[in-house]
Amino acid sequence: MYEFIQHLINGLAVGTIYALVALGYTMVYGVLKLINFAHGDVMMVGVYVGYAVAFLLGREAMGGLGAALLVFAVSMAACALLGFVIERFAYRPLRDKSRLTALITAIGISFALSYGFQLDFKVTVGGAEVTVLPGAAARRFPELIRPQEWLVLGDNDVIIWNWQVISFGIALALLAGLQVLVYRTRFGKAMRAVSHDHKVAALLGIPVDTVIAVTFMLGSALAAGAGILYAIKDKTIQPLMGVMVGLKAFVAAVIGGIGNLPGAVVGGLLLGLCEEFIVGYTASSWRDAVAFGFLIVVLLFRPEGLFGRVQAEKV
Amino acid sequence: MKSFLPVAVAIVVLGLLQVLSGGSAYFVYLAMLVGVNVVLAVSLNIINGLTGQFSIGHAGFMAVGAYLSAVTSLAMKDFQLSFLPEAVSNQVFFVVSLAAGGVAAGLFGFLVGLPSLRLKGDYLAIVTLGFGEIILVAVRNTPSLGGALGLPGMPQYTTVFSVWFVVFLVVLLARRLLFSPHGRSLAAIREDEVAAEAMGVDTTSYKVRAFVVSSFFAGVAGGLFAHFQSIITPGDSFSFVKSMEVVVMVVAGGLGSTTGAVVAAVVLTLLPEGMRSLFNLLGGDSDSLSIDQLRKPIFGLLLVIIMLTRPQGIFGTHEAWDWLRKKKEPAT
Repeated sequence: MYEFIQHLINGLAVGTIYALVALGYTMVYGVLKLINFAHGDVMMVGVYVGYAVAFLLGREAMGGLGAALLVFAVSMAACALLGFVIERFAYRPLRDKSRLTALITAIGISFALSYGFQLDFKVTVGGAEVTVLPGAAARRFPELIRPQEWLVLGDNDVIIWNWQVISFGIALALLAGLQVLVYRTRFGKAMRAVSHDHKVAALLGIPVDTVIAVTFMLGSALAAGAGILYAIKDKTIQPLMGVMVGLKAFVAAVIGGIGNLPGAVVGGLLLGLCEEFIVGYTASSWRDAVAFGFLIVVLLFRPEGLFGRVQAEKV
Repeated sequence: MKSFLPVAVAIVVLGLLQVLSGGSAYFVYLAMLVGVNVVLAVSLNIINGLTGQFSIGHAGFMAVGAYLSAVTSLAMKDFQLSFLPEAVSNQVFFVVSLAAGGVAAGLFGFLVGLPSLRLKGDYLAIVTLGFGEIILVAVRNTPSLGGALGLPGMPQYTTVFSVWFVVFLVVLLARRLLFSPHGRSLAAIREDEVAAEAMGVDTTSYKVRAFVVSSFFAGVAGGLFAHFQSIITPGDSFSFVKSMEVVVMVVAGGLGSTTGAVVAAVVLTLLPEGMRSLFNLLGGDSDSLSIDQLRKPIFGLLLVIIMLTRPQGIFGTHEAWDWLRKKKEPAT
């Protein structure tokens, strides 16, 4: 029983991270009908920005609320900027071309980012060595939140860590904020209009380019937030971390019905739980196969995803 | 009789090449590597270019072919057909193991192609990607295939002749396919799937066939690859990275152009090697690692640049032989 609860907790912790990344996929897919393959790698860049900020703050500052907020804010802002640049220079020129063209471009960007970050590149500025590209070696992510046991059940049978609770809380807050933004604000209304039909939206005076750009920035910022939560959980970071998380988050988005916000959340949680339970009760080396097997099964029986049939409003 | 002429010419030319290349081990290695990549690119072009589907799991099929043919030839390693000299007997076994690898990959192609009944575009791409990943995870978890450490000890059967003969076969097949009713149906699916279906093309069946043919050759390429590497591991040589390399080749050459795929595969395989030699020539400390590292981000950027500037690739959907044909008969 305790084992079951522990797996449940761990699954939820991973699931919320998948859900946050999946939201970015779903939002971008909603407005552009594009699988933004580079999304996971944008997340990875966010993690490295967070790492750099934490590094600059120094070891003593770790564990404080201000430091954590600063790391989150800077890395989300940096990723929003990166998302804007990618959209403006790589995707916007291709918007009228076939969807395959944009998809290939997205894969290209993903490759350039993840393998570009594997290069070791340092420059010397005024006597100090500055790392521009971090290199392939895994690095230890600073303890942004000092790990403490939040709740212990039985004789150390179930341990819920404070960071698990905090990430769950952050994820819920971000989700709630997004929900309000999409369904309660003018901008959200514009987003939903673009998602529905961007040509008609343009005719009605909605600035489609701006809406798409902002959606991209929002998605990328969410990815950065999720990435830092992931780094806190995993404790190590490396340039290829975004690929697998990104793919799995995409799987989560498809399972929930791509383009559907609540679907992405449910898909992420389901995938996290599914993975954790299967891996927990069988062998951990099969972890990566679980997600894709799950995806293929879902696609075969419900190609539109779990929540696809209800013509939910798409973003 | 006319259709046998190219085969005869190919055998003679490749035989000569085999004899002439005997001296340089480096040249032989490069020639085999290039050939394997050409087979992969031309076969992927059948799915991505001719049929207009988008597979990004080609390395998965290659892995199936490589592992199955490796296992087959490891099993037959100690035997010899008594009525044949050893070298000939080995080549017979080699052909059998290649065929086994190809058929197994084709079978997986059938399984992966089936969902194309319901899935389109992006979704199908994700299923192929998922398939590739699952294959790798499965190999890593199968001790009899060497697990994560790899499967060593394959007999070194692959020759320049065998690789380039397969290249010849796959190019011939792709060309013949293009001008056959099958190829026309595939092109119709690429241009407009709904219209093709309305005209009576059994789209699912043709898509599945394209997958089977393409993955068969990917499997054969895997078999060839396995028999000139001393060890095959479930790492980069069969991963998503490899799939993407092949996609880059097909896209850079021009989706739908067999000659484009051949040219791009040759250039993109030789480019890193050329860069390395250049680096050594300029007095670099033969830092081959950094060249290999640079290759992947450059591939990524190359994809983006090609898509932004020339989305149809170098050749578009044209073929080198179009220019030859035009002289003889006006295009209809």
